[in-house]
Amino acid sequence: MSFLTGADMYGGYGGGDILRGCTVAVDKGEIVVMVGPNGAGKSTAMKALFGMVRLRRGEVRLAGQAITQLSPQGRVRRGMAFVPQTGNIFTTMTVQENLEMGAFLRRDDISESMERVFGLFPVLGEKRRQTAGELSGGQRQQVAIGRALMTQPAVLMLDEPTAGVAPIVMDELFDRILEIRQAGIAVLMVEQNARQALAIADRGFVLVTGENRFTDSGRALLTNPEVRRSFLGG
Amino acid sequence: MEVDVVNAMVLLANFVVVPALAYGSQLALGALGITLVYGILRFANFSHGDLMAFGTMVVILLTWQLQAWDVGLGLLPTALLALPLGIAATIAVGLAADRAVFRFYRQKRSAPVVLAIASVGVMFVLNGVVRVVIGPDDRSFSDGARFLINAREFKTLTGLAEGLSIRTSQVLTLALAVIAVAALFWFLRSTRAGKAMRAYSDNEDLALLSGVEPDRVVLLTWAIAASLAAVAGTLYGLDKSFQPFTYFQLLLPMFAAAIVGGIGQPHGAIAGGFLVAFSEIALTYPYKKFLGYLLPDDMRPVGLVQLLSTDYKLSVSFVILVVVLLWRPTGLFRGRIS
Repeated sequence: MSFLTGADMYGGYGGGDILRGCTVAVDKGEIVVMVGPNGAGKSTAMKALFGMVRLRRGEVRLAGQAITQLSPQGRVRRGMAFVPQTGNIFTTMTVQENLEMGAFLRRDDISESMERVFGLFPVLGEKRRQTAGELSGGQRQQVAIGRALMTQPAVLMLDEPTAGVAPIVMDELFDRILEIRQAGIAVLMVEQNARQALAIADRGFVLVTGENRFTDSGRALLTNPEVRRSFLGG
Repeated sequence: MEVDVVNAMVLLANFVVVPALAYGSQLALGALGITLVYGILRFANFSHGDLMAFGTMVVILLTWQLQAWDVGLGLLPTALLALPLGIAATIAVGLAADRAVFRFYRQKRSAPVVLAIASVGVMFVLNGVVRVVIGPDDRSFSDGARFLINAREFKTLTGLAEGLSIRTSQVLTLALAVIAVAALFWFLRSTRAGKAMRAYSDNEDLALLSGVEPDRVVLLTWAIAASLAAVAGTLYGLDKSFQPFTYFQLLLPMFAAAIVGGIGQPHGAIAGGFLVAFSEIALTYPYKKFLGYLLPDDMRPVGLVQLLSTDYKLSVSFVILVVVLLWRPTGLFRGRIS
């Protein structure tokens, strides 16, 4: 049993099921990547793990406990953090206030966590007093990830962290995500840039129409001819 | 000649600047409540004017009682003593309206226009309650010293032909408005609850993901909006007079102020409040005497030189509203128009 597991998940947004028996799991100190064509249910699987999509069947377990019925806020308290693809920062608040909001539930001293985020993303430290909405796309993503890290999560879930950022910024972000893994955090992400993401992944799940098609190590998926042909463009 | 210029300036200060500063502060306090409710609860609250009327009514009733007991504040109006209880009663009514009406639509995630229409219903009910309890007529409740500087004293002191009178209520309005606004901005900028409110206004989903408790944010929003409404209503009543219908009419200039400034932006509501107040008063003031001081004898105007009759002063906010919506729909400070 992995640290966070969504097992045999069925469900959607009302109407038909988008997830049809999909299973996703991630362990501490591991990067797991979900890839697949558009509409495969990657983001939906992520939201289901976070309690934002109702499951009709299947369950979500965190550290051995079933949390299927827990609200998203309850999951934040249990150490899960989620960075949505869009609307993932407070655009009218400063960088520092965004980070403070990430630590909203914490009552202890947050300055150390904040310094750690500024260590990870130095540019945020320089722009801590700037309004987050004025930053570039890549810097906004750093704010979003920084905000999530402020909860001191055990699991960090990223929905397309590199969407809409320049390729050079994407490499930089992936490097930072590797550093986050080194801190012993479980990282689960959905990525459109499948090749680059699988290259840093310990494990990968290929989802198609709400089901697992392939599950393997990132490297093995990258070299699997069928995966390459169907999902990685040859 | 120079004396004439000074006289002209005093005249303008007396009839335009000082009254507009007081009126602008009252509008700003009201518009702040509207803009907070819009920014956080995401609907245009048409019951805000009558919430002001309700708060003022409670203050008036308490003031009368205090006056009957011979309890007062000397130079300051007795209404100040009654204000805290008035604020508490207004908060209670605001929360009751939320519990009885708005919460239902919020939980259903109704469209903002549905909540706005529901607020029209709340407006009618509040309006009815106020008229039944205190009646539709003009009510006066100001006491204490009427003037801080009296026009005649000013004239003998300066030797000018024009007098400048500053009423206690005007100074009180400005002082209380500055205190209320400073407290509000400090609260929103520096406290945990204030930041949670701003975060909720900025991005509701992400605020929930950060662990912000939505019920607490809603409660705080009503508490602040209702407090501002009670203060604004009482100050307006002290400065002018209290009549339920006038408070309903204040809705238009207050909305104009909130939208001109950029709805959802507290500093915009303040700028908008003063802009609307100065426009209204400057456009309806007859400049005959003012120009008489400044122009040579043969060019002195014969007519009143009043750009707009005071009967039309409400249309000023209406025109400002239309102009802003046409040319800069997001308002001066880029509010949220969705």
